[in-house]
Amino acid sequence: MKIEFSNLHLASGDFSLALDLVLDAPVTALFGPSGAGKTTLLETIAGLRRPASGSLRIDGEVVNEPATNTFVAPERRRIGYVPQDGALFPHLNVRGNLLYGRHGGSGPDFDRVCALLEIGGLADRPVHRLSGGEKRRVALGRALLASPRLLLLDEPLAELDIPLRERVLPHLGRLRHEFGLPIIYVSHSPEEIVALGSEVVALEHGRVTHRGRATDLFAPSGPPRQEWREGPAR
Amino acid sequence: MTAADWQVTGFTLAVAAFSTILILPWGWGLAWLLARRDWPGKSLVETVVMLPLVMPPVATGLLLLKLLGRRGAIGGWLADHLGVDIVFTWRGVVAATAVMSFPLLVRTARVAFEGVNPRLEQVARTLGASPARVWWTVTMPLAGRGLLASGVIAFARAIGEFGATVMVAGFIPGKTATLALSIYNLVQLGHDDDALRLLGLSVLLAFAAVWAGERLQRRPAT
Repeated sequence: MKIEFSNLHLASGDFSLALDLVLDAPVTALFGPSGAGKTTLLETIAGLRRPASGSLRIDGEVVNEPATNTFVAPERRRIGYVPQDGALFPHLNVRGNLLYGRHGGSGPDFDRVCALLEIGGLADRPVHRLSGGEKRRVALGRALLASPRLLLLDEPLAELDIPLRERVLPHLGRLRHEFGLPIIYVSHSPEEIVALGSEVVALEHGRVTHRGRATDLFAPSGPPRQEWREGPAR
Repeated sequence: MTAADWQVTGFTLAVAAFSTILILPWGWGLAWLLARRDWPGKSLVETVVMLPLVMPPVATGLLLLKLLGRRGAIGGWLADHLGVDIVFTWRGVVAATAVMSFPLLVRTARVAFEGVNPRLEQVARTLGASPARVWWTVTMPLAGRGLLASGVIAFARAIGEFGATVMVAGFIPGKTATLALSIYNLVQLGHDDDALRLLGLSVLLAFAAVWAGERLQRRPAT
């Protein structure tokens, strides 16, 4: 999977995102302070935001190019997007949520996804009776069952307590191995990024500031960034 | 209750229901556009739609009379091309009640749409749902209760409409007489007992409609 941003420019209020970047690692972490443009980048790939200029290609196909009026709608991109709050449909139960994006019998096996994410026993539960960690896993399962070709996760582990984090983290690793699905995710946590063995793209003010392997960037000899020194690779 | 009372009540309910059904698709459509999209002229449209809510109903009625009369821009065209008269017919009552309840419909429906987290609609798109499927499977079920309430409130407003109706449709017993117009007329004639009977009926209808509307709005979506 290759995602190419060519001179892509997107503005929203005071904020602007400017990218000339190729993402092709199996797992990519977007790292940086709040307001750096990490979520905007994910939403642009998903087709939820339209750039003002430049182009975005996914596996060679142009999906955004204002100059030629090219825009592939989100429903035709086959990109799974799990926002920070999970955004589960409150009027559907867990099963209804999981099956929302399912097309006939194609895609990953329902029981297998439920088993992998340990959500099989929750199928008939209303969404408001799920815990924070369960909500994340259901949202992840729902995205997976729509058979995406790429998974975008916005802070999949944020706001979870440490025991829960330790339970959800292996699920993310397993997803990659089980489904061979490329993942791009937003994280504030160097531990998480190192644990998932990711390629890191660091953003600040809508621009890429650093990029490289997690183990290198978060090493003591890595770039002298305050937040990077807080990681376990110190 | 006399036969005339039943006729007036039936006519009022029928006209209110018809005018509400007539404005529902437009009201909901406009409410959605106001809640979800930014477009040039949005504030102007918003203001114009809300005018009947704050203008004297009689003034709105006069404006409608000028527009819908045989010499008016809309009324003239309808009379010439379709042979349809609006003013001083039951259609006039429908037109007046529709215009007067439209702002309430739009306001309530707008709140209902604004209550649906746009993030849910976006995620549904990424799960492969077309905009139409998102509308029917996410937006409508989540806004549904509020939309139903908007219809009930518009209906309730239509039942009680007086000022604009009397200008556009006048008081013609058996033809354009609604509950509100009949009460006014009976008081004018000094038939207070008859007026009070219709008053009781109006209170009952208004109470039922407002109660249903409030109940629909209050109950949670899940």
